[in-house]
Amino acid sequence: MSYIKTLLNGEQGLFKPNTLTPMQKLTLRFVVVGLVYYGFAVIEGMIMRIYQVEPITTINPDQYFAILTAHPLVGIFGSTYSIVFGAFLFLVPYLMKKPLWSIKLGNWTFVLIAIGTLIFWLAGFITHYAPLYTLYWPLPADFSQFSALGGAIFILGIALVMLGTAFFVVNVFKTIAYTPEGWEKQPSRKLLASALGLTGTGNLFRRKKKEKEHLVSLPVAAIARGTVDAALNAGIILFTGVLILVFMAGALLGYDLKETSIDALLYKNWFWWGLDLIADGLVLIFVAGTWYLLAMMITGKRLFMQNIARAALLVELVVSWTVWSHHLLSDQAQPGILKIVSGEMVTAFELVTQGLAFFITLATLWMARPLKMTNPLKFLLGGLLGFALAVPAGIMQADVGLNRILHNTQWIVGPHVHVAILIGLSMTLYAAIYILLPILTNGAKLYSQKLANFHFWAHLLGGIGMGAFMGMAGLKGMLRRTIYFDGEFNLYMILAGLCGTMLLLAFLAFFYNIVMTVGLKGVIGIFMPPKEKTKDLVAAI
Amino acid sequence: MVDSSVVLFGQTLAYTFYCLAIMAVVGWFGYKVTTKGKGKVSNTLFYTFFGFLVVLGISLHIITYNTIPWVEMDLKRAQIEADKTFEITVEDHTFYLPAEKLMIECDDKVLFDVTSKDLTYGFGLFRTDGTMVMQMQVVPGHRNDILWEFKKPGLYTIRSTEYSGPKGIDMILKDVVEVVAKQEITN
Repeated sequence: MSYIKTLLNGEQGLFKPNTLTPMQKLTLRFVVVGLVYYGFAVIEGMIMRIYQVEPITTINPDQYFAILTAHPLVGIFGSTYSIVFGAFLFLVPYLMKKPLWSIKLGNWTFVLIAIGTLIFWLAGFITHYAPLYTLYWPLPADFSQFSALGGAIFILGIALVMLGTAFFVVNVFKTIAYTPEGWEKQPSRKLLASALGLTGTGNLFRRKKKEKEHLVSLPVAAIARGTVDAALNAGIILFTGVLILVFMAGALLGYDLKETSIDALLYKNWFWWGLDLIADGLVLIFVAGTWYLLAMMITGKRLFMQNIARAALLVELVVSWTVWSHHLLSDQAQPGILKIVSGEMVTAFELVTQGLAFFITLATLWMARPLKMTNPLKFLLGGLLGFALAVPAGIMQADVGLNRILHNTQWIVGPHVHVAILIGLSMTLYAAIYILLPILTNGAKLYSQKLANFHFWAHLLGGIGMGAFMGMAGLKGMLRRTIYFDGEFNLYMILAGLCGTMLLLAFLAFFYNIVMTVGLKGVIGIFMPPKEKTKDLVAAI
Repeated sequence: MVDSSVVLFGQTLAYTFYCLAIMAVVGWFGYKVTTKGKGKVSNTLFYTFFGFLVVLGISLHIITYNTIPWVEMDLKRAQIEADKTFEITVEDHTFYLPAEKLMIECDDKVLFDVTSKDLTYGFGLFRTDGTMVMQMQVVPGHRNDILWEFKKPGLYTIRSTEYSGPKGIDMILKDVVEVVAKQEITN
């Protein structure tokens, strides 16, 4: 097959978009848009890497901080939410062996997240609205630095993403609990109780013989529990957005609302409580659930210590509601008891819950020796390594003593945040994409294994290297969220930039590989209306 | 009180060693899982690992509480009398320092009491080589105070360690804090 034919029709012409079910199309749309937004985040990241070596004259500091504001939001909402929600809207019905409750609502989730991300990204790009994702009060309402109109459009974009998230939440829980047409009545309450861990918790207090069986599989339980945090987080962000919008509307109408009416520390507690539902909640729970699913799919065996894994997921959910204070260890007005109990002690439980997930996944794989080193397996191991590196880094900085010399340095954002997201989270998602690709495409064949291998090594080494060099700069005193004009940390920033280039090349190799796998016609076909209006998940071929 | 650079060095060593070890473990696992061999994992190993994680998570903070000298002083600062207090105000992206020079003697307990009149800022002290001594957040409407004991004479720079909008990037006061050997000021 010629290069042009492969480019147009995909590897061996195996991918036929007109055979896709609406559900397959929906999931693939999420994945394509998620990858495009990942590309946005990578390019923004590279611009900032260059800027940290030598500020680019054509990009003024206002623009730089607008990029810094958009970068994590595009990465988390535009990319990760899209890929994760797309995958889970497919996997929940797939694992429950019944159709998605509403494909229409799923499409709305897709549209709202895609459009919402584009809106807040554009608002930041054009108006330079840049209070960062932390939004420390009263910075988001500081209209001497930022445009109220630009900010209002920015918040609107975020609100649309949250609305899409709310639709996702409804769809997941409805799918677990509902009875499809023509089916025997499903035990809705029992299904939800099992998904949320109430059955498992009750079993702890029941005699062995009277223990109730789990009605939903472990990966579905993980998705359900992470979705609880997604729902709470959407509520917090929506409320915060409305609050900021009130001040923006006041400014646009010529009224200067007294910004001191909001307590900055209380706001900070409120905001971090909500944000940690993502960072320390749904991300960790979804990732653990995905590890378990991948381990079971790769080995074809039951999970090692399944009941403990279920319990650990529930503990993680509760932990995620009580750890926010580790972000306020450098806030001297924050009560000491909150710093120690929430900031240090409860946060340390994440070492336990993630450590158990790490062990259980490895043990499940080990028991199925010998395994073939497939793409899903190698990316899964990469993802496990990422969290094994990043979680202890987070536990160290969540310490009253060490936080005093680490907070807001490049250490936080390097070895902890970027290694967790780029290596831990992204490589887990790549493992899921590689394993779901044949199922979602009705058997398309990967264009090049060599490119997949390059993707793996360049991403792994680039991500760990970038995190490491950022961390070294942080230990030398380099702050995050500022600009250095005199090349004070150039040695580390050049090395981090080179590693960032590896990440960019890894992504381009992966994207090219996927395009060549499904072909340009295939990519377009994914976005065309489906031929059949079936509720089946995959085509009956 | 040991200098914070010593604590940082210890942390760097410990974390670097851990990173190399865990990368070696995952690399070894990746190789071994593709080869034939016994695939049994004992429950004892699992529970031992579980216990190890619990002990590690709790002991980390107990160890740092007892070995990092500023932790106890920070948590109990309201009961400790400072040898010297500097009241600093921040407004419109500018630090306003006391009229007299910020001179400190080694081993003295110095309280930096920083008040923000508008936004959330940061207050950090940096050595001349750019490394950070310590920092805290400066939140408007609340008391932001930190008690510190310097061990090394030298000049220190104040810099905002928190993003407060693009205007905040110039919030640097170079070499405005001077620490001298004990009794050098009075002599």
